[in-house]
Amino acid sequence: MREPNGHTAPSIESLEAFTRTWTMEDFASDTDSDYTSYWRDWFIAARGNEYFCEIDEDYLTDRFNLTGLNTEVQYYQYALDLVTDVFDMEVDDDMREQIEKSARHLYGLVHARYVVTTRGLAKMMEKFKQGVFGKCPRVICESQHLLPMGQHDIPNVSNVKLYCARCEDIYNPKSSRHNSIDGAYFGTSFHNILFQVYPALAPVKTQRRYEPRIYGFRVHASAALMRWQEERREEMKERLKARGLETGFEDEDEGEEELESEELEEGNGQDGIDDMFEGRMQAVQ
Amino acid sequence: MSSSSQAPESWISAFCSLVGHEYFAEVSEDFIEDDFNLTGLQSQVPMYKEALEMILDVEPEDASDEEEEEEDEDEDEDEMLDPEGKSYRQADAAERRHLRMASDLSVIESSAEMLYGLIHQRFITSRQGIQQMAEKYELGHFGHCPRVHCYGARVLPVGCSDIPGQETVKLFCPSCLDVYTPPNSRFQTVDGAFFGTTFGCLFFMTFPELDVGGDKPAPPPPAPLVDPLATGPSSTTAAGTKTARSSLSSSLTSPQPATAPHNTSASATANANPVPLPPQPDNINGVSPHNLAPGLGHGNIYEPRIYGFRVSEVAKTGPRMKWLRSKPGDANELDESAIWAAAQAAKAGAADADAEMPDQGAGEVEDEEMEGVGEVVAKGGKGRRRENGGGGDGGLNGNGNGVGVGTAVRAGSGGG
Repeated sequence: MREPNGHTAPSIESLEAFTRTWTMEDFASDTDSDYTSYWRDWFIAARGNEYFCEIDEDYLTDRFNLTGLNTEVQYYQYALDLVTDVFDMEVDDDMREQIEKSARHLYGLVHARYVVTTRGLAKMMEKFKQGVFGKCPRVICESQHLLPMGQHDIPNVSNVKLYCARCEDIYNPKSSRHNSIDGAYFGTSFHNILFQVYPALAPVKTQRRYEPRIYGFRVHASAALMRWQEERREEMKERLKARGLETGFEDEDEGEEELESEELEEGNGQDGIDDMFEGRMQAVQ
Repeated sequence: MSSSSQAPESWISAFCSLVGHEYFAEVSEDFIEDDFNLTGLQSQVPMYKEALEMILDVEPEDASDEEEEEEDEDEDEDEMLDPEGKSYRQADAAERRHLRMASDLSVIESSAEMLYGLIHQRFITSRQGIQQMAEKYELGHFGHCPRVHCYGARVLPVGCSDIPGQETVKLFCPSCLDVYTPPNSRFQTVDGAFFGTTFGCLFFMTFPELDVGGDKPAPPPPAPLVDPLATGPSSTTAAGTKTARSSLSSSLTSPQPATAPHNTSASATANANPVPLPPQPDNINGVSPHNLAPGLGHGNIYEPRIYGFRVSEVAKTGPRMKWLRSKPGDANELDESAIWAAAQAAKAGAADADAEMPDQGAGEVEDEEMEGVGEVVAKGGKGRRRENGGGGDGGLNGNGNGVGVGTAVRAGSGGG
């Protein structure tokens, strides 16, 4: 936003103009090109669009980056003009709404491409660090920050989901305003690429888990399933070790004794009435 | 008992209608009035008697105020002489328990809440209480699992500890057997101990006929559209176990022979199992197989991909947590006693074979095998090597040793 040279009256005027045009209905009437990246500012700040990062102007204006989108988006040229703030045509409300819708769709589709670029990844990483995308609802993940992702790269198939890098699972956003965002605006690859590019951000995995119990006793059906799952895990660890790779689990330094300690743990179950989690959480006693 | 003219609403129903208390069931007064149900709570809750009276609306408010005053005098008379002392004492109390405020009524109020919560923990495991919770569950009062592959399975409030003041209430999803934080922060003031650790599992064992899976969409997520690499096997192996399918895929895969060709491709994936499953038991470990963690297993595990290509397990940031969401396609694999019996039989056979072999040779073979497996049982390996070094002294000894090693290896690979 521009500073209005210290005069009070114009500043109020411009502020009013600013707030007026800040609402969705009026944005198109504003053709003041001084407000750079105005539409995008509005879009990013709009409630429900917290997951989006701002796409650089030069990325948007490079036609190469928009390859193929003209067939995907209605009123492509108008929408692009609107996103880049050069749209100055008088159109009726219906039309404007259509174009506005297209602009948001276009922005989303470009966004999916932008977030896998170096700059896009950096921006999303910052948001990830701040926890803009929320925290993992799974208790054992201890509020691990999430990343937005799509299950499909084709628009209008599924909504955005949130990926937890600790449990490597995907969750529905808890707010309904995020549940209506198209997953294709983030894509299927972005979150995985982010951890490839910034491997230090990948959290250590945990082998702790919730164990259903009744009066302190494990329940056979789920316990048997968990033993089966843990066998799969140990198989995987063996495969990784055979290749000389780190397993990435937090308590791997115990390494070899682990099997023994697990067996021990089975033995002294009687003092475990209140610890529903294996491992660390026993400290509460 | 309070007369109907005093309060239009009982303390219990008022408490349960508070914001954030949506998960609570209304404990019946009969349950509370039975002293047996309150065993041991007296020592856990301060001002137990007053709190209990408040819950049961036994006395009008004025009377209970007086009662408090008397109680205070009894407790610390010297402080009562000094009006300042009283407030100090209360400040201490407020410090000790977060919920306390500087009036006796609110002290009792918070005691009553604590007491109600602890009674509630017991009540919802009783026949009457669990029935009430079942009604709330059916109505979806507790919400749905946030996990995508649980398809909105309904969850239950549980605690991770039975001792109050340790953890807030969590939500247990029967579809993935995991616990989640409630989406709304207003539940973060509710103590998990008020629901307890037992309730979640007991509930589903009490109502085994409840379908715990979510509303899995009839057509599988249209995987073939997006990732053409994951075509046949993934969707059709899933189709084998599920009944409802989209018309297209069912017409392709419903006949038994059509599934056969996928056998070979499916074997590539570690957890994939042959499509024509062996006969499935009606009941596996006390649960019907379709109700055992329906949100887990093949097709319900997130598969990280970059531009359509799976991220390899051996990549530094590759997938490591798939085991957490895995489940055998064949429920018989979870029948541990049958597997154990089979293993015992096989072991007996192997032991017989060992006995027939020359002693020395058997020992050596086992030794190599042991080292190949790795240091699963480090101590055992060392001790044995020493024995082997000095070995060959007694054939009988060597033989016994060999059998012992055989079991160690088997146990190691079974665990690993």
